[in-house]
Amino acid sequence: MKKIYSVSVENRSGVLCKVAGLFSRRCFNIDSLAVGETDDPAVSCMTIVSSGDKRTIEQIEKQLNKKLDVIKVKTFDEAASISRELLLMKVKYNKSNRRDIMEICEIMNARIVDMSKTMMLIQMCDTSERIQLFINMFKTVSIVEVARTGTLALQKCNETEQTS
Amino acid sequence: MTGADAIVKCLENEGVEYVFGYPGVAICPFYNSILESPVQTVLIRTEQNAAHAASGLTRVSGKPGVCAVTSGPGATNVITGIATAFADSIPLICITGQVNSSLLGSDVFQEADITGAVESFVKYSYLVRDANDIPRIFKEAFHIANTGRRGPVLIDVPIDVQNAEVKKFVYPETVSMRTYKPTVKGNMVQIKKVVAELTRAKRPIICAGGGVLLSGAQEELLAFVEKHEIPVVSTMMGIGVMPTKHPLYFGMVGNNGKPYANRAMNESDLLLMVGARVADRAVNQPDLITNNKILVHIDVDPAEIGKNVGPSIPLVGDAKHIFEDFLLQDFTCEHKQWLETLKEYRKTMARKRIPNPAYVDPAGFITMLSEKMEDDGIYVADVGQNQIWSCGYHIVKKGRFLTTGGMGTMGYSIPAAMGAKLAQPERQVIAVCGDGSFQMSMMELATMRQHHVPAKIVVLKNNYLGMVREFQHYNYKDNYSVVDLSGSPDLEKLSSAYDMKFLRLENMDEANEKIDEFLKQDESVLMECIIDPMDLV
Repeated sequence: MKKIYSVSVENRSGVLCKVAGLFSRRCFNIDSLAVGETDDPAVSCMTIVSSGDKRTIEQIEKQLNKKLDVIKVKTFDEAASISRELLLMKVKYNKSNRRDIMEICEIMNARIVDMSKTMMLIQMCDTSERIQLFINMFKTVSIVEVARTGTLALQKCNETEQTS
Repeated sequence: MTGADAIVKCLENEGVEYVFGYPGVAICPFYNSILESPVQTVLIRTEQNAAHAASGLTRVSGKPGVCAVTSGPGATNVITGIATAFADSIPLICITGQVNSSLLGSDVFQEADITGAVESFVKYSYLVRDANDIPRIFKEAFHIANTGRRGPVLIDVPIDVQNAEVKKFVYPETVSMRTYKPTVKGNMVQIKKVVAELTRAKRPIICAGGGVLLSGAQEELLAFVEKHEIPVVSTMMGIGVMPTKHPLYFGMVGNNGKPYANRAMNESDLLLMVGARVADRAVNQPDLITNNKILVHIDVDPAEIGKNVGPSIPLVGDAKHIFEDFLLQDFTCEHKQWLETLKEYRKTMARKRIPNPAYVDPAGFITMLSEKMEDDGIYVADVGQNQIWSCGYHIVKKGRFLTTGGMGTMGYSIPAAMGAKLAQPERQVIAVCGDGSFQMSMMELATMRQHHVPAKIVVLKNNYLGMVREFQHYNYKDNYSVVDLSGSPDLEKLSSAYDMKFLRLENMDEANEKIDEFLKQDESVLMECIIDPMDLV
């Protein structure tokens, strides 16, 4: 079972280490992790994607709540959320495949953000699955370097949800 | 006022009487400031024992014990003591000196990243960067340590912060932390559900853990079980929740517990697990406590509920509040037959030991000692075979039974007994250890002499690391490996070196008189009991 945890924490040094340490000590998986400041500079948001059985999923939430630097834990399923990852990928191109690359980018809604005579830097923001699919499309092209962020996610807009 | 002065002021504001510790350069400003204070210092002989001594003091006084050690090795030495307190949910405040803030991270002399190192053994930790934060941090630390699921808090203070000027010292009245609001009051809907099950149950039982003692709920528990005649068993950390000879108490559960206690728990149809983690030592097969029964798990820490076993009814709250609420509920439950059955089990299933008359029988000795102890005496058991015998044969009257059930740290009993004795000098305090665990803490005899702490020590001597030897007996066909304690000191000479009274008991013939003599001593005293090296728990 996959779960997304949106964890608001005090924006202090050492907090990431404490949260990451909790996952490693209790043998919980981290599939992906993304951290950033929120609209309140005193608060950071960690988006953690994890997987496990029902008991593990429940324990992760309880153990996160136990940490004194954790302000709030929101848990949601992938289906109930909008999630995005950012990909930056540098590829080598030549005359014969330039057009193909540009076409794939167009179909997949990726952008070429930088370019030289031999290389292109492609940016794509999408779900984890589509990003993987996009990378797979480049199997025949020589990939120089790939950088991916962890998943960011927020719950889908729900009229009954209260603003905090 | 300096940061160090401010720390001392904070301790005074919290009513701290003793600080256990060991100085070093990085904590010297603090130890200089404390000279002017009514807070007394105890120079422990190794830092691990500072935390154990503070733990003993905490468990008797209910107030978090304090230890203060230097940076680097001082700080790393105290970790085992902190981890021990953490496993047993004992609130402690541990102050560590640290190198100058500007040198942090540069691996200078005696620098250790202690807040990083203890992360998984503390409830919370602070690295103080600004001396003006000291009052708030200490107020928070005491609050965090002693509320909710209790536990140790570490405060790391760089030497320049201890020397820095504090603009204005105001000790906060209250704590405001948006991330920390433990639930202590039980949810009424859940409480009503439990009551409904109690009304229905034919074979109810309560298994009480250390959480009951930590919340000080002994009176409420007793009132509740006496009102409804509900039988009680306990975990190791729960020993002492009720007098051992109370008709409703059926002993300790677990691998090393009473067979009738385990049977009672397994055959019940409603089990109230209170303030216990359901860890492997108490509950070897979690399915036995969920099969064919309703399991109610009551704990102040929501993360404990459902961690090791899935309960039918979870109930988050502090045991004292929960039992107070239970007592207000009007209901009756009827289970006379069940109590008769349990009494029969207790009579017929008690383990029979065949003692070797050439030696002191640890079971007989411990029973005799505890019967002769003062009613409110404090018995501190160490770790090893001695712990299991103590759990099995010590009789709690109105006193306390202290041991480390969670971490099982050898050497706990002597420093913990010292802390307990300092907390309540009018009570009788006895540490009971083996010759292995004694040698892990024997340097503290000096501390006892220096600070005139008249705790009493019993050493059950068998020249073996008995618990491991027993394990090797059962699991490695008597291939004993690294368990022979040859080379141990002559305890009579050792006692004399520390100018301590010494008694030796070689068999049970003189036990009566020797125990009387041991107990009547006003000064610290050591009694060596020679037990059969091949004895098994």
